[in-house]
Amino acid sequence: MRQHKLALCKEHYLEWVPEQTERFIRKYGMFGHDDKILVAVSGGKDSLSLWDILVRLGYQADGLYIGLGIDAGIGYSSESHRLAEKFANDHNLKLQVVDIEKEYGQPIPVLAQISHRGHGKPCAVCGLTKRHVMNRIARDLGYDVLATGHNLDDEAAVLFGNTLSWSVEYLLRQGPVLPSADGLARKAKPLCRLYEREMTAYAILRGIEYIYEECPFAEGSTSIYYKEVLNRLENDRPGAKLTFYLRFLEARQTGLFAESKEPADYLHPCSNCGQATSAPGLCSFCRLIEKVADQAPLVSNL
Amino acid sequence: MTVKLILRDKEFEVKPGMTLLSSLQKVNVLPESVIATREGEMILEDEILKDGDVVKLIAVISGG
Repeated sequence: MRQHKLALCKEHYLEWVPEQTERFIRKYGMFGHDDKILVAVSGGKDSLSLWDILVRLGYQADGLYIGLGIDAGIGYSSESHRLAEKFANDHNLKLQVVDIEKEYGQPIPVLAQISHRGHGKPCAVCGLTKRHVMNRIARDLGYDVLATGHNLDDEAAVLFGNTLSWSVEYLLRQGPVLPSADGLARKAKPLCRLYEREMTAYAILRGIEYIYEECPFAEGSTSIYYKEVLNRLENDRPGAKLTFYLRFLEARQTGLFAESKEPADYLHPCSNCGQATSAPGLCSFCRLIEKVADQAPLVSNL
Repeated sequence: MTVKLILRDKEFEVKPGMTLLSSLQKVNVLPESVIATREGEMILEDEILKDGDVVKLIAVISGG
């Protein structure tokens, strides 16, 4: 690990990653051992490793798998579901499962097609749906915090994109912890300072079976492009991604970005589901589902 | 007399005797974007690759 000027054997590496994760959980006040944690698991390396680490550290962590209904000829969702179930069964852990098609009538690609959001790609609808469902399950089932497997590369790529466009509203909200608010569950990213490469190594060395295939719709995505650009930088200047992210957190803490409004001032409860939304009335997700319901007879012919 | 590097559906061949790092540079693969395994075991950048080695490169980037 050139960025840390550190080389470890397998045994010590498998101790180092959970130790670092625990350090970040405490540093950023993410949660404690009395909290009930819901880990969003996709069947990928980061989320399954996060679940593994939290359980090893003695936290009360259940999993949440969201079945998106993405097949694309490789059975992407069914394979990722199988791997999440396998991990839960092998470790005797509880996995909550939400199947989007069963709950909302259509799988993600069809919801995207009906809504006309996302310029022909379902990623925007997928993100919206996952955020809604994760928040709903965390609140409905009484979890104290929702933990996601976002790693340093994920955070650096988002930061890079938001910096290129100076999206201050988004920059203000990016961080290792998002506190709970009316209608919003507390969110935490315990892996936010661990490189994606470090997490891949952890999953392989720990023997975690995860889905190697990338989501078929992720090919050519902007976030992957930003990750590639940042990796070129990291290759020439080890530690660049970590410095970029940490200096941002420091700058935000010292007031580089001024808060224009408190979230409570501009967030309203959705008139249908009660989750927070920026405009009065229905939230984006409920508007999406309403549109799908209106077009149900047409959808059956798709 | 070659070393084979496999990344998803792509295959590259390099000469034996180079380090993994040099081999990745030779075939224009960013070391930061992959983890290398040989016979199921992870290998590091300073590993010298031998004739007949088959190195599987696991892409680390994910997300959409």
